[in-house]
Amino acid sequence: MEYDKNSILQNLCKHLEHFVSAEVEITPDTDLINELAIDSVKLLSLVMEIEDEFDISVPINVLTDVNTVQDLANLIFKIKSQSQ
Amino acid sequence: MSLLDKLDAVAAARKALLPEDLDIFGMPIEEVYSTTEASVGGRRILFFGTNNYLGLTFAPECLEAAHKAIDKEGTGTTGSRMANGSYSGHRALEQEFAEFYNCQSSIVFTTGYQANLAMISGLAGANDVILIDGDSHASIYDGCKLSGAEIIRFRHNDMVDMEKRLKRLGERASSTLIIIEGIYSMLGDRAPLADIVKIKNSYGSILLLDEAHSIGVLGKTGQGLVEETGLINEVDFITGTFSKSLGSIGGYCVSNHMQLDQLRYVSRPYIFTASPSPSTIASTRAALKLLRDGTELRNNLWKNAHKLYSGLDKQGYKLGPEPGPIIATILDSPQQAIMLWKALFDQGIYVNLILPPAAPDGKSLVRCSVSAAHTEEQIDYVVNIFATLRKNIS
Repeated sequence: MEYDKNSILQNLCKHLEHFVSAEVEITPDTDLINELAIDSVKLLSLVMEIEDEFDISVPINVLTDVNTVQDLANLIFKIKSQSQ
Repeated sequence: MSLLDKLDAVAAARKALLPEDLDIFGMPIEEVYSTTEASVGGRRILFFGTNNYLGLTFAPECLEAAHKAIDKEGTGTTGSRMANGSYSGHRALEQEFAEFYNCQSSIVFTTGYQANLAMISGLAGANDVILIDGDSHASIYDGCKLSGAEIIRFRHNDMVDMEKRLKRLGERASSTLIIIEGIYSMLGDRAPLADIVKIKNSYGSILLLDEAHSIGVLGKTGQGLVEETGLINEVDFITGTFSKSLGSIGGYCVSNHMQLDQLRYVSRPYIFTASPSPSTIASTRAALKLLRDGTELRNNLWKNAHKLYSGLDKQGYKLGPEPGPIIATILDSPQQAIMLWKALFDQGIYVNLILPPAAPDGKSLVRCSVSAAHTEEQIDYVVNIFATLRKNIS
Protein backbone atom coordinates (compact mmCIF):
# COMPACT_ATOMS: atom_id res chain seq x y z
CA MET A 1 0.00 0.00 0.00
CA GLU A 2 1.24 3.50 -0.90
CA TYR A 3 1.29 6.10 1.84
CA ASP A 4 1.59 9.86 1.47
CA LYS A 5 2.11 12.31 4.33
CA ASN A 6 -1.60 13.03 4.64
CA SER A 7 -2.73 9.42 4.75
CA ILE A 8 -0.07 8.66 7.35
CA LEU A 9 -1.30 11.55 9.48
CA GLN A 10 -4.91 10.37 9.25
CA ASN A 11 -3.92 6.82 10.05
CA LEU A 12 -1.84 7.96 13.02
CA CYS A 13 -4.75 9.99 14.41
CA LYS A 14 -6.93 6.87 14.32
CA HIS A 15 -4.33 4.95 16.34
CA LEU A 16 -4.02 7.81 18.80
CA GLU A 17 -7.74 7.65 19.51
CA HIS A 18 -7.14 4.32 21.31
CA PHE A 19 -4.71 5.99 23.66
CA VAL A 20 -6.62 9.12 24.69
CA SER A 21 -10.09 9.96 25.98
CA ALA A 22 -12.82 10.65 23.44
CA GLU A 23 -13.19 14.35 24.37
CA VAL A 24 -9.67 15.28 23.33
CA GLU A 25 -9.35 16.79 19.87
CA ILE A 26 -6.36 15.55 17.93
CA THR A 27 -4.78 17.91 15.41
CA PRO A 28 -1.38 17.84 13.68
CA ASP A 29 -0.08 20.38 16.18
CA THR A 30 -1.31 18.54 19.25
CA ASP A 31 1.51 17.88 21.70
CA LEU A 32 1.69 14.17 22.48
CA ILE A 33 2.95 14.51 26.03
CA ASN A 34 1.44 17.75 27.29
CA GLU A 35 -1.96 17.61 25.56
CA LEU A 36 -2.61 13.92 24.99
CA ALA A 37 -0.80 12.73 28.14
CA ILE A 38 1.03 10.06 26.14
CA ASP A 39 3.68 8.98 28.64
CA SER A 40 6.79 6.95 27.80
CA VAL A 41 5.00 3.62 28.31
CA LYS A 42 2.05 4.62 26.11
CA LEU A 43 4.37 6.04 23.47
CA LEU A 44 6.26 2.76 23.17
CA SER A 45 2.97 0.84 22.85
CA LEU A 46 1.82 3.31 20.20
CA VAL A 47 5.09 2.85 18.32
CA MET A 48 4.59 -0.94 18.31
CA GLU A 49 1.13 -0.46 16.75
CA ILE A 50 2.49 1.96 14.18
CA GLU A 51 5.32 -0.41 13.28
CA ASP A 52 2.80 -3.17 12.56
CA GLU A 53 0.52 -0.85 10.59
CA PHE A 54 3.23 0.57 8.33
CA ASP A 55 5.58 -2.43 8.35
CA ILE A 56 8.50 -0.35 9.58
CA SER A 57 10.84 -0.35 12.60
CA VAL A 58 11.04 2.92 14.51
CA PRO A 59 14.29 3.27 16.48
CA ILE A 60 13.33 4.42 19.98
CA ASN A 61 16.25 6.85 20.17
CA VAL A 62 14.79 9.03 17.40
CA LEU A 63 11.58 9.47 19.40
CA THR A 64 13.28 12.09 21.58
CA ASP A 65 12.81 14.56 18.69
CA VAL A 66 9.08 13.87 18.47
CA ASN A 67 6.77 16.34 20.23
CA THR A 68 3.63 16.71 18.13
CA VAL A 69 1.38 14.41 16.13
CA GLN A 70 2.83 15.97 12.96
CA ASP A 71 6.38 15.22 14.14
CA LEU A 72 5.48 11.56 14.54
CA ALA A 73 3.73 11.46 11.16
CA ASN A 74 6.81 13.02 9.52
CA LEU A 75 9.05 10.43 11.15
CA ILE A 76 6.87 7.56 9.94
CA PHE A 77 6.87 9.02 6.42
CA LYS A 78 10.65 9.35 6.46
CA ILE A 79 11.24 5.78 7.65
CA LYS A 80 8.61 4.39 5.29
CA SER A 81 10.15 6.26 2.33
CA GLN A 82 13.63 4.97 3.16
CA SER A 83 12.42 1.39 3.42
CA GLN A 84 10.79 1.37 -0.03
CA MET B 1 10.22 24.02 32.86
CA SER B 2 13.43 24.68 34.78
CA LEU B 3 15.74 21.96 36.03
CA LEU B 4 14.46 22.24 39.58
CA ASP B 5 10.81 22.55 38.52
CA LYS B 6 11.13 19.08 37.01
CA LEU B 7 12.18 17.70 40.37
CA ASP B 8 9.30 19.52 42.06
CA ALA B 9 6.97 17.77 39.63
CA VAL B 10 8.46 14.43 40.69
CA ALA B 11 7.93 15.34 44.35
CA ALA B 12 4.31 16.29 43.66
CA ALA B 13 3.67 13.01 41.82
CA ARG B 14 5.19 11.03 44.70
CA LYS B 15 3.13 12.93 47.24
CA ALA B 16 -0.08 12.28 45.31
CA LEU B 17 0.53 8.54 45.07
CA LEU B 18 2.56 7.35 48.04
CA PRO B 19 1.71 7.41 51.77
CA GLU B 20 3.39 10.30 53.57
CA ASP B 21 4.21 8.33 56.71
CA LEU B 22 6.14 5.57 54.92
CA ASP B 23 9.16 6.00 52.63
CA ILE B 24 8.45 2.88 50.57
CA PHE B 25 11.30 3.43 48.13
CA GLY B 26 13.88 4.36 50.73
CA MET B 27 13.20 2.13 53.72
CA PRO B 28 16.29 2.14 55.95
CA ILE B 29 17.16 -1.33 57.14
CA GLU B 30 18.38 -0.79 60.71
CA GLU B 31 19.79 -4.19 61.50
CA VAL B 32 20.28 -7.34 59.46
CA TYR B 33 19.72 -10.46 61.59
CA SER B 34 20.27 -13.05 58.87
CA THR B 35 19.85 -13.60 55.14
CA THR B 36 16.07 -13.64 55.61
CA GLU B 37 15.34 -11.37 58.58
CA ALA B 38 16.04 -7.76 59.52
CA SER B 39 14.75 -4.80 61.49
CA VAL B 40 12.98 -1.99 59.62
CA GLY B 41 11.26 0.89 61.42
CA GLY B 42 11.83 -0.89 64.72
CA ARG B 43 9.94 -3.93 63.45
CA ARG B 44 11.25 -7.43 62.71
CA ILE B 45 10.58 -8.21 59.06
CA LEU B 46 11.02 -11.13 56.70
CA PHE B 47 13.02 -10.41 53.56
CA PHE B 48 10.99 -11.45 50.53
CA GLY B 49 12.25 -8.65 48.31
CA THR B 50 15.99 -9.23 48.05
CA ASN B 51 17.84 -10.96 45.24
CA ASN B 52 19.78 -13.15 47.65
CA TYR B 53 18.71 -16.23 45.71
CA LEU B 54 21.24 -18.67 47.17
CA GLY B 55 21.41 -16.98 50.57
CA LEU B 56 25.18 -16.52 50.41
CA THR B 57 25.51 -13.06 52.01
CA PHE B 58 26.45 -14.65 55.36
CA ALA B 59 28.23 -17.74 54.05
CA PRO B 60 31.24 -18.27 56.40
CA GLU B 61 33.56 -18.85 53.43
CA CYS B 62 32.60 -15.48 51.89
CA LEU B 63 32.83 -13.59 55.19
CA GLU B 64 36.27 -15.03 55.95
CA ALA B 65 37.59 -14.25 52.47
CA ALA B 66 36.29 -10.67 52.66
CA HIS B 67 37.78 -10.11 56.13
CA LYS B 68 41.17 -11.40 55.04
CA ALA B 69 41.16 -9.22 51.90
CA ILE B 70 40.36 -6.07 53.90
CA ASP B 71 43.19 -6.81 56.33
CA LYS B 72 45.63 -7.52 53.52
CA GLU B 73 44.67 -5.01 50.80
CA GLY B 74 42.54 -2.33 52.48
CA THR B 75 39.01 -1.08 51.97
CA GLY B 76 39.22 0.05 48.33
CA THR B 77 41.41 0.20 45.25
CA THR B 78 40.84 3.95 44.74
CA GLY B 79 41.31 3.63 41.00
CA SER B 80 39.98 2.21 37.77
CA ARG B 81 41.01 -1.07 36.19
CA MET B 82 42.99 0.93 33.59
CA ALA B 83 44.99 2.75 36.26
CA ASN B 84 45.86 1.38 39.68
CA GLY B 85 42.72 -0.74 40.21
CA SER B 86 43.68 -4.13 38.80
CA TYR B 87 44.84 -6.30 41.69
CA SER B 88 45.76 -9.95 41.32
CA GLY B 89 42.33 -10.81 42.78
CA HIS B 90 40.53 -9.05 39.92
CA ARG B 91 42.54 -11.02 37.37
CA ALA B 92 42.04 -14.25 39.31
CA LEU B 93 38.27 -13.75 39.40
CA GLU B 94 38.26 -13.12 35.65
CA GLN B 95 40.16 -16.34 35.14
CA GLU B 96 37.71 -18.18 37.39
CA PHE B 97 34.69 -16.82 35.50
CA ALA B 98 36.27 -17.89 32.20
CA GLU B 99 36.84 -21.39 33.63
CA PHE B 100 33.34 -21.54 35.12
CA TYR B 101 31.79 -20.90 31.71
CA ASN B 102 34.58 -22.71 29.83
CA CYS B 103 35.09 -19.54 27.78
CA GLN B 104 38.21 -17.89 26.38
CA SER B 105 37.84 -14.42 27.91
CA SER B 106 36.26 -12.63 30.82
CA ILE B 107 36.06 -9.11 32.22
CA VAL B 108 34.96 -8.17 35.73
CA PHE B 109 33.13 -4.88 36.34
CA THR B 110 32.23 -2.84 39.41
CA THR B 111 28.46 -3.31 39.11
CA GLY B 112 26.09 -5.35 36.98
CA TYR B 113 24.65 -2.10 35.63
CA GLN B 114 28.13 -1.04 34.56
CA ALA B 115 28.74 -4.44 32.91
CA ASN B 116 25.82 -3.89 30.55
CA LEU B 117 26.64 -0.25 29.98
CA ALA B 118 30.28 -1.10 29.23
CA MET B 119 29.59 -4.09 27.01
CA ILE B 120 26.79 -2.58 24.94
CA SER B 121 28.43 0.82 24.44
CA GLY B 122 31.76 -0.86 23.75
CA LEU B 123 30.36 -3.25 21.16
CA ALA B 124 27.93 -1.00 19.26
CA GLY B 125 28.34 2.49 17.86
CA ALA B 126 26.55 5.18 15.92
CA ASN B 127 26.16 3.21 12.69
CA ASP B 128 25.05 -0.05 14.31
CA VAL B 129 21.67 -1.50 15.23
CA ILE B 130 20.71 -3.04 18.56
CA LEU B 131 17.60 -5.18 18.83
CA ILE B 132 16.29 -5.53 22.38
CA ASP B 133 13.42 -7.28 24.12
CA GLY B 134 10.80 -4.73 25.21
CA ASP B 135 11.04 -5.91 28.85
CA SER B 136 14.79 -5.34 29.07
CA HIS B 137 16.36 -4.01 32.26
CA ALA B 138 17.17 -0.28 32.50
CA SER B 139 20.90 -1.04 32.29
CA ILE B 140 20.32 -2.46 28.80
CA TYR B 141 18.29 0.54 27.68
CA ASP B 142 20.92 2.89 29.13
CA GLY B 143 23.79 0.99 27.54
CA CYS B 144 22.05 1.19 24.18
CA LYS B 145 21.51 4.92 24.62
CA LEU B 146 25.15 5.43 25.52
CA SER B 147 26.27 3.52 22.41
CA GLY B 148 24.51 5.94 20.04
CA ALA B 149 23.31 2.97 17.95
CA GLU B 150 19.81 2.61 16.50
CA ILE B 151 17.68 0.94 19.16
CA ILE B 152 14.80 -1.25 18.01
CA ARG B 153 12.51 -3.10 20.43
CA PHE B 154 10.62 -6.30 19.84
CA ARG B 155 7.62 -7.46 21.84
CA HIS B 156 8.62 -9.37 24.94
CA ASN B 157 9.60 -12.98 24.14
CA ASP B 158 7.74 -12.75 20.80
CA MET B 159 9.88 -14.53 18.23
CA VAL B 160 7.67 -13.66 15.25
CA ASP B 161 7.99 -10.01 16.20
CA MET B 162 11.75 -10.30 16.66
CA GLU B 163 12.30 -11.97 13.30
CA LYS B 164 10.06 -9.44 11.56
CA ARG B 165 12.31 -6.65 12.79
CA LEU B 166 15.49 -8.46 11.77
CA LYS B 167 14.06 -9.08 8.32
CA ARG B 168 13.27 -5.38 7.88
CA LEU B 169 16.93 -4.56 8.53
CA GLY B 170 18.05 -6.35 5.39
CA GLU B 171 21.84 -6.61 5.16
CA ARG B 172 22.25 -4.72 8.43
CA ALA B 173 20.79 -7.71 10.32
CA SER B 174 24.12 -9.53 10.04
CA SER B 175 25.85 -6.90 12.16
CA THR B 176 22.96 -6.34 14.57
CA LEU B 177 23.45 -6.89 18.29
CA ILE B 178 20.49 -8.76 19.83
CA ILE B 179 20.12 -8.44 23.62
CA ILE B 180 17.99 -10.68 25.82
CA GLU B 181 17.88 -11.81 29.47
CA GLY B 182 17.98 -15.30 30.99
CA ILE B 183 15.24 -14.50 33.50
CA TYR B 184 13.43 -11.17 33.18
CA SER B 185 13.45 -9.08 36.33
CA MET B 186 9.88 -7.87 36.32
CA LEU B 187 7.74 -10.96 35.70
CA GLY B 188 10.37 -13.65 36.27
CA ASP B 189 9.92 -15.42 32.94
CA ARG B 190 12.73 -16.84 30.77
CA ALA B 191 13.82 -16.01 27.25
CA PRO B 192 13.05 -18.71 24.63
CA LEU B 193 16.78 -19.11 23.96
CA ALA B 194 16.59 -22.03 21.50
CA ASP B 195 14.23 -20.10 19.22
CA ILE B 196 16.29 -16.91 19.52
CA VAL B 197 19.51 -18.74 18.65
CA LYS B 198 17.90 -20.32 15.61
CA ILE B 199 16.74 -16.94 14.31
CA LYS B 200 19.97 -15.07 15.12
CA ASN B 201 22.02 -17.75 13.36
CA SER B 202 19.90 -17.53 10.24
CA TYR B 203 20.56 -13.77 10.05
CA GLY B 204 24.18 -13.93 11.29
CA SER B 205 23.53 -11.50 14.14
CA ILE B 206 25.46 -11.23 17.42
CA LEU B 207 23.73 -12.30 20.66
CA LEU B 208 24.31 -10.88 24.15
CA LEU B 209 22.54 -12.67 27.01
CA ASP B 210 22.24 -11.08 30.45
CA GLU B 211 22.19 -13.84 33.10
CA ALA B 212 21.81 -11.40 36.02
CA HIS B 213 18.82 -13.22 37.52
CA SER B 214 19.65 -16.69 36.20
CA ILE B 215 23.26 -17.26 37.29
CA GLY B 216 23.17 -19.61 40.27
CA VAL B 217 19.54 -20.35 39.56
CA LEU B 218 19.44 -22.30 36.28
CA GLY B 219 21.65 -25.14 35.03
CA LYS B 220 23.41 -28.00 36.79
CA THR B 221 26.33 -25.87 37.94
CA GLY B 222 24.40 -22.60 37.96
CA GLN B 223 25.78 -21.02 34.77
CA GLY B 224 22.26 -19.90 33.93
CA LEU B 225 19.98 -20.28 30.93
CA VAL B 226 22.92 -21.17 28.67
CA GLU B 227 23.59 -24.27 30.73
CA GLU B 228 19.98 -25.27 31.16
CA THR B 229 19.46 -25.14 27.39
CA GLY B 230 22.91 -26.47 26.44
CA LEU B 231 23.42 -23.48 24.14
CA ILE B 232 26.47 -21.81 25.65
CA ASN B 233 28.42 -22.03 22.39
CA GLU B 234 25.64 -20.26 20.51
CA VAL B 235 25.73 -17.11 22.65
CA ASP B 236 28.38 -14.52 21.77
CA PHE B 237 28.52 -12.59 25.04
CA ILE B 238 27.17 -13.44 28.49
CA THR B 239 26.88 -10.70 31.11
CA GLY B 240 25.71 -10.93 34.70
CA THR B 241 25.91 -9.52 38.18
CA PHE B 242 27.41 -10.44 41.54
CA SER B 243 24.60 -8.69 43.42
CA LYS B 244 22.09 -11.52 43.30
CA SER B 245 23.13 -15.18 43.65
CA LEU B 246 26.75 -14.23 44.42
CA GLY B 247 25.73 -12.02 47.34
CA SER B 248 28.06 -9.06 46.75
CA ILE B 249 28.23 -6.31 44.10
CA GLY B 250 29.85 -6.29 40.67
CA GLY B 251 29.39 -7.59 37.15
CA TYR B 252 31.02 -9.77 34.54
CA CYS B 253 31.12 -10.65 30.88
CA VAL B 254 32.42 -13.91 29.39
CA SER B 255 32.89 -14.75 25.73
CA ASN B 256 34.71 -17.00 23.31
CA HIS B 257 35.41 -13.97 21.12
CA MET B 258 39.02 -13.04 21.85
CA GLN B 259 38.13 -9.43 20.95
CA LEU B 260 36.39 -9.13 24.32
CA ASP B 261 39.70 -8.10 25.88
CA GLN B 262 39.87 -5.05 23.58
CA LEU B 263 36.75 -3.67 25.27
CA ARG B 264 39.05 -2.68 28.12
CA TYR B 265 40.50 0.02 25.84
CA VAL B 266 37.35 1.43 24.28
CA SER B 267 34.57 1.07 26.82
CA ARG B 268 34.18 4.27 28.82
CA PRO B 269 32.16 2.81 31.72
CA TYR B 270 34.99 0.27 32.23
CA ILE B 271 37.79 2.81 31.83
CA PHE B 272 36.33 5.50 34.07
CA THR B 273 34.90 3.57 37.04
CA ALA B 274 36.88 2.61 40.12
CA SER B 275 37.37 -1.14 40.35
CA PRO B 276 35.62 -3.40 42.88
CA SER B 277 37.07 -3.35 46.40
CA PRO B 278 39.37 -6.23 47.40
CA SER B 279 36.81 -7.57 49.90
CA THR B 280 34.11 -7.64 47.21
CA ILE B 281 36.37 -9.55 44.86
CA ALA B 282 37.39 -11.98 47.60
CA SER B 283 33.85 -12.75 48.75
CA THR B 284 32.71 -13.14 45.14
CA ARG B 285 35.50 -15.64 44.43
CA ALA B 286 34.41 -17.68 47.44
CA ALA B 287 30.74 -17.36 46.45
CA LEU B 288 31.43 -18.50 42.88
CA LYS B 289 32.83 -21.78 44.21
CA LEU B 290 29.78 -22.24 46.45
CA LEU B 291 27.47 -21.39 43.55
CA ARG B 292 29.14 -23.89 41.22
CA ASP B 293 28.89 -26.65 43.83
CA GLY B 294 25.52 -25.46 45.08
CA THR B 295 23.16 -28.16 43.81
CA GLU B 296 21.48 -28.40 47.20
CA LEU B 297 21.08 -24.62 47.38
CA ARG B 298 19.46 -24.60 43.92
CA ASN B 299 17.16 -27.47 44.93
CA ASN B 300 16.05 -25.51 48.01
CA LEU B 301 15.55 -22.36 45.97
CA TRP B 302 13.36 -24.12 43.44
CA LYS B 303 11.40 -25.98 46.13
CA ASN B 304 10.66 -22.63 47.79
CA ALA B 305 9.86 -20.93 44.48
CA HIS B 306 7.32 -23.62 43.52
CA LYS B 307 5.78 -23.56 46.99
CA LEU B 308 5.30 -19.77 47.01
CA TYR B 309 4.12 -19.61 43.39
CA SER B 310 1.54 -22.36 43.82
CA GLY B 311 0.43 -20.91 47.18
CA LEU B 312 -0.28 -17.48 45.65
CA ASP B 313 -1.76 -19.02 42.51
CA LYS B 314 -4.27 -20.98 44.61
CA GLN B 315 -5.36 -17.73 46.27
CA GLY B 316 -6.27 -16.37 42.86
CA TYR B 317 -3.50 -13.82 42.54
CA LYS B 318 -2.56 -12.87 39.00
CA LEU B 319 1.09 -13.89 38.68
CA GLY B 320 3.96 -13.82 36.22
CA PRO B 321 3.92 -16.66 33.66
CA GLU B 322 6.13 -19.19 35.46
CA PRO B 323 7.54 -20.08 38.89
CA GLY B 324 11.08 -18.93 39.65
CA PRO B 325 13.09 -16.87 42.08
CA ILE B 326 11.06 -13.81 41.05
CA ILE B 327 7.34 -14.15 41.72
CA ALA B 328 5.43 -11.05 40.68
CA THR B 329 1.81 -10.41 41.61
CA ILE B 330 0.16 -8.18 39.02
CA LEU B 331 -2.29 -5.63 40.40
CA ASP B 332 -4.97 -3.59 38.68
CA SER B 333 -3.66 -0.17 39.69
CA PRO B 334 -0.77 1.57 41.47
CA GLN B 335 -3.11 2.31 44.39
CA GLN B 336 -4.00 -1.36 44.76
CA ALA B 337 -0.32 -2.34 44.63
CA ILE B 338 0.56 0.24 47.29
CA MET B 339 -2.27 -1.00 49.51
CA LEU B 340 -1.06 -4.60 49.24
CA TRP B 341 2.58 -3.63 49.81
CA LYS B 342 1.68 -1.66 52.95
CA ALA B 343 -0.55 -4.42 54.31
CA LEU B 344 2.26 -6.98 53.82
CA PHE B 345 4.75 -4.65 55.50
CA ASP B 346 2.37 -4.19 58.45
CA GLN B 347 2.46 -7.99 58.82
CA GLY B 348 6.28 -8.02 58.80
CA ILE B 349 6.89 -8.96 55.17
CA TYR B 350 9.17 -6.89 52.96
CA VAL B 351 8.63 -7.23 49.20
CA ASN B 352 9.29 -4.95 46.20
CA LEU B 353 6.77 -2.44 44.95
CA ILE B 354 7.07 -1.64 41.24
CA LEU B 355 4.93 1.08 39.71
CA PRO B 356 4.64 2.44 36.15
CA PRO B 357 6.73 3.27 34.20
CA ALA B 358 9.25 0.87 35.81
CA ALA B 359 7.14 -2.22 35.07
CA PRO B 360 6.31 -3.29 31.51
CA ASP B 361 3.06 -2.22 29.79
CA GLY B 362 2.15 0.14 32.63
CA LYS B 363 1.67 -2.74 35.08
CA SER B 364 1.80 -2.34 38.86
CA LEU B 365 3.60 -5.15 40.62
CA VAL B 366 4.17 -6.44 44.11
CA ARG B 367 7.20 -8.62 43.51
CA CYS B 368 8.44 -11.35 45.84
CA SER B 369 11.94 -12.78 45.59
CA VAL B 370 12.64 -16.24 46.95
CA SER B 371 15.86 -17.49 48.53
CA ALA B 372 17.30 -20.94 49.18
CA ALA B 373 17.64 -19.71 52.76
CA HIS B 374 13.89 -19.26 53.32
CA THR B 375 12.34 -21.90 55.56
CA GLU B 376 9.09 -23.72 54.83
CA GLU B 377 7.54 -21.92 57.80
CA GLN B 378 8.49 -18.53 56.35
CA ILE B 379 6.94 -19.40 52.98
CA ASP B 380 3.79 -20.70 54.71
CA TYR B 381 3.55 -17.47 56.71
CA VAL B 382 3.79 -15.33 53.56
CA VAL B 383 1.19 -17.43 51.70
CA ASN B 384 -1.18 -17.19 54.68
CA ILE B 385 -0.82 -13.40 54.91
CA PHE B 386 -1.41 -13.02 51.15
CA ALA B 387 -4.52 -15.21 51.62
CA THR B 388 -5.93 -12.99 54.37
CA LEU B 389 -5.35 -9.89 52.22
CA ARG B 390 -6.88 -11.34 49.06
CA LYS B 391 -10.44 -10.16 49.70
CA ASN B 392 -9.28 -6.60 50.41
CA ILE B 393 -7.72 -6.16 47.01
CA SER B 394 -10.33 -7.85 44.80
